[in-house]
Amino acid sequence: MKKATWIRTVILVGAVGALELACDTGAVPAAMVIAPSAMVLALIKTVQSDDFGSNVERTLSAVAVAMSLSIVGGFAAGFVLHAIPALRRAFNPFLAAYYAIPHFAFYPLLIVIFGLGQLPLIVLATLFAMVAMIVATMSGLDRVPRVLLRTARVHHLSLADEIWHIRLPAAAPHLLSGLKLAVSYSFIGVIGGEFIMSTGGIGHEIAFAYDNFDNARMYALILFVLLVVTSFNMAVYAWERRLMRRRSA
Amino acid sequence: MTSLRSLRDPLLVAVSLVLLWQVMHMIAGDVAITAPVPTLEHLWTMVGQARFLPHLRETGLAFLQALAIASIGGVLIGVVLGGHKLSGEVSEPILVGLYSLPKVTLYPVILLLFGLGMPAKVAFGALHGILPIALFTMSAVRNVNRTYLRAGRAMRLTPAQTGWYILLPATLPEIFSGLRIGFSLTLLGTMLGELFASQRGLGFLLMTAIDLQDVKTILSIAVLISVFAVLANAALLAIDRRLHRGAAPEGPRR
Repeated sequence: MKKATWIRTVILVGAVGALELACDTGAVPAAMVIAPSAMVLALIKTVQSDDFGSNVERTLSAVAVAMSLSIVGGFAAGFVLHAIPALRRAFNPFLAAYYAIPHFAFYPLLIVIFGLGQLPLIVLATLFAMVAMIVATMSGLDRVPRVLLRTARVHHLSLADEIWHIRLPAAAPHLLSGLKLAVSYSFIGVIGGEFIMSTGGIGHEIAFAYDNFDNARMYALILFVLLVVTSFNMAVYAWERRLMRRRSA
Repeated sequence: MTSLRSLRDPLLVAVSLVLLWQVMHMIAGDVAITAPVPTLEHLWTMVGQARFLPHLRETGLAFLQALAIASIGGVLIGVVLGGHKLSGEVSEPILVGLYSLPKVTLYPVILLLFGLGMPAKVAFGALHGILPIALFTMSAVRNVNRTYLRAGRAMRLTPAQTGWYILLPATLPEIFSGLRIGFSLTLLGTMLGELFASQRGLGFLLMTAIDLQDVKTILSIAVLISVFAVLANAALLAIDRRLHRGAAPEGPRR
């Protein structure tokens, strides 16, 4: 293992240990933060509770729908914008300013339009995540070497074949970073929306536990979300690393 | 600099967005979306009312404090971690990991630590902004051309002079890009903080408007925040482009 990795592990373990110690000795009151060991115990208890499965399913299915919509739609939109420069010039200032808009300000409006349910959450998360994919797709397609496209023409590839065999692999690194953002933004959109106003889902459960001073359950649920997102990110990261190694080899 | 032509296409898109808004209003009716003109009129009267100003000031103050903390803290963290190789290597994956977490989930923790009110909003806004600023600053400091530093040493510059004449100009463009992203994220964080468990501010007004089914107010505030965000971002982006152009005189022209 590298030296930096060692130090990092020591620091992280030390931080968790220090928090544990501070909580156990009462330096940090349990009304604020509960000890990491208590969090894990609460997580085990929460996972076994009856309504946990349905809430997780609800949130994850909304995230999955929003994620797929934004990845596929974002790629398609990015492809069209890349193909028509005039359209791209027109939309560019909006794409650049897009993430400056606090999207959650529009969530109340979405509730009024779509009703209180899964639909406004999915719309919010998709709107939030799709533009990252659009931008990543455009910058990926910009960097496809021209010689590859010429080769495709020499081989008389159809448009679908050209996209599948040439453009997608050549733009893959950028597409992957867009994909990572889309995943992370879908989670933020869904959980944030559930948090502010909804009738179910993990975000709603966290807010509910907070309102009821149920710290153990609240920290357990937060820990669960962080674990899920982190493992997802690490999986994508590992996949990306493998792709890069194969390319450089 | 900006020709009419480069402005024309975005203007067309802006106009079509307003048209789309009008069409959606015509399809969905006043219950779901109010028409653009009455909404803007409502916004105008709302901004003129005395009871609106404290909310605007509350949000503005929270945002400015959060932005100050995020900018100063982020740049300091970035400079230290970028300047010292080992600590940068140790902490970069941690920072990237934190950056990609959905920080909304952490808001209850912030509320428990800071209590209800202003400090929690500021802390949550700063938490959103500080990570990208630190990451951008770190990579800026790390990528300073070693030749410049060697040239500075050859000319026997004092550390202060090295900072002012070499490090600052070399890192400013990229740090500014970080600040621009940090600006947007801090605004997002502050607004998010106000939407959940707050008693004052624009976010609070939004939540009250939902309870009252007051679509006009919801849309007015959303438009107000979006216009502010887009204009501020456009200004920052213009400065950003200028800095980047100045930074790479011999680079490829785009």
